[in-house]
Amino acid sequence: MKAFRSVTSPAVVLDRPDVDTDQIIPKQFLKRIERTGFGEFLFFDWRKDPDFELNHQQGRILLAGRNFGCGSSREHAPWALEDYGFEAIVAPSFGDIFRQNSLKIGLLPVELPEEQVRELMERARAGEELTVDLEARTAGGFPFELDNFTRECLLEGMDEIALTLRDEPAIAAYEQAHL
Amino acid sequence: MGRTLFEKVWENHVVVQGDGRPDLLYVDLHLVHEVTSPQAFEGLRLAGRPVRRPDLTVATMDHNVATGDDTPADPLSQQQLETLAHNCAEFGVPLHATGSGREGIVHVIGPELGLTQPGKTIVCGDSHTSTHGAFGALAFGIGTSEVEHVLATQTLQQRRPRTLRLYFDGEPAPGVTAKDLVLAAIGTIGVDGGVGHAIEYAGPAIERLSMEGRMTVCNMSIEAGARAGMIAPDETTFAYLRERGVAIDERWRELPSDPDAVFDREVVIDAAAVKPQVTWGTNPGMVASIDDVVPEPADEAAERALAYMGLEPGTPIRDIHVDRVFIGSCTNSRIEDLRAAAAVVRGRHVHPSVRAMVVPGSARIKQQAEAEGLDEIFTAAGFEWRRAGCSMCLGMNPDVLAPGERCASTSNRNFEGRQGAGGRTHLVSPEVAAATALEGRFTVPA
Repeated sequence: MKAFRSVTSPAVVLDRPDVDTDQIIPKQFLKRIERTGFGEFLFFDWRKDPDFELNHQQGRILLAGRNFGCGSSREHAPWALEDYGFEAIVAPSFGDIFRQNSLKIGLLPVELPEEQVRELMERARAGEELTVDLEARTAGGFPFELDNFTRECLLEGMDEIALTLRDEPAIAAYEQAHL
Repeated sequence: MGRTLFEKVWENHVVVQGDGRPDLLYVDLHLVHEVTSPQAFEGLRLAGRPVRRPDLTVATMDHNVATGDDTPADPLSQQQLETLAHNCAEFGVPLHATGSGREGIVHVIGPELGLTQPGKTIVCGDSHTSTHGAFGALAFGIGTSEVEHVLATQTLQQRRPRTLRLYFDGEPAPGVTAKDLVLAAIGTIGVDGGVGHAIEYAGPAIERLSMEGRMTVCNMSIEAGARAGMIAPDETTFAYLRERGVAIDERWRELPSDPDAVFDREVVIDAAAVKPQVTWGTNPGMVASIDDVVPEPADEAAERALAYMGLEPGTPIRDIHVDRVFIGSCTNSRIEDLRAAAAVVRGRHVHPSVRAMVVPGSARIKQQAEAEGLDEIFTAAGFEWRRAGCSMCLGMNPDVLAPGERCASTSNRNFEGRQGAGGRTHLVSPEVAAATALEGRFTVPA
């Protein structure tokens, strides 16, 4: 997994609730058997609309509405966002599976109260660069929550499978007792 | 203090706990399909890791499968299917390939083969894995990185979600199905109402459901934002399992939530007040009763949804005409769904302006339906009768809507473009889908 420490960048505002992973990366692109190259297909259908938010904003931070990434479990959604150039997404809430998938690839999902996300959207629209700092656990100056273990994994870009394989004796003991 | 069904299953599977880490959970059954697994197998190959427990892993082909003779799978779909076959052979994972007679939608064959059992932890790289919770299993969807983690370690690092009980009080009116109950529940709590939670569905209206109905309900948990949805195992569950040759483990009787168990949240749904449901927007929470009208948009998202759907506020739902009808998907493609739809269309004919298809959830269901003569009822009524697969639920195969086409669908998602770019999806029960196919507009069985 890619390590994440901090990012300072203009932010892209996508102020829509319940953006599902079918919009982030439509089904026809799930037939690829590679992990890379999904960025050009990000929001494929929405980007056909010249007014679509991503067509006239740039940045490595995405400010999104509540329940971002709901729906399908496709990890292709965070892959596409990451490949497109996003490093952190700030929203009032995320789809559970999307949030988990993003953490696994070093794309940082930051949850902040809705009014703080709104304020950041205003600041971004006014041209302000924002900083998402994982070490300090702040986004645009607002503190956010993330447990220490997950934070460490992200800071170090840890291989989670290697970490779990250290528990092999416990896994074997569990199997002995239960299966 | 008493424990919930969810807590019992979770705690039974903790391998390592503490130290501020997420719990390390053991996985009893890992289901695999062609779309979300290729990069996971590639990861194992690159790291030189084997599949730890191929005996607890089962693969099938579903999302990309062409269900008719009219159009074959495209080369990219074919490559993905072949990649799965190759990976399963290399890593020793049992595969129910297309044509084996045991293939089908992953969430249909797990229960059908007797693999889905109470108290198990079940995962799959697919958000509708929640379906298996109908048996009192803890089942949830995962991404490809987690698929690789399970293949390599047979475990997952997980934070424990909160618990939410949806209690369905009262008796549903005749003609109100499991699909209507769960759509009404999503309409009530919203598409993010279950985020961060595992749902337990309870109450007399749930207890009276067949296993097929319970699977329909649990299947849609993710549409309310919850990764997992569960129903306590009971005699209905055990009868279903016995029919599939599964011996009943007496410990399963201990699984239901204790009477004094406490849920983090509880919502009561009046099942007696639920009417047949039809979605009008672009997520499953944008739903109304069939007797209602298309609502005035309450916000920008609803305005966008109505524009996409080509609908005017105030239009009676029953006045909306459809071009297509799809009966199938992991939500509603089981034998009971097909029987219910066949009973509606028997001796009648699909409206001339409608193209309608029925896609059984598995090869076995197709066979059983044919043994019961359901295929003849459907084809005589003008329905296409197709081979098992995900079909038009998600448009990864040749079954798709054309731009602007409107479809009454028994599937689970009405997202923009879900069934084909520009396609307009209305989620309904199999009964409403069948009746709608006959009339060409939304209606309930006569």
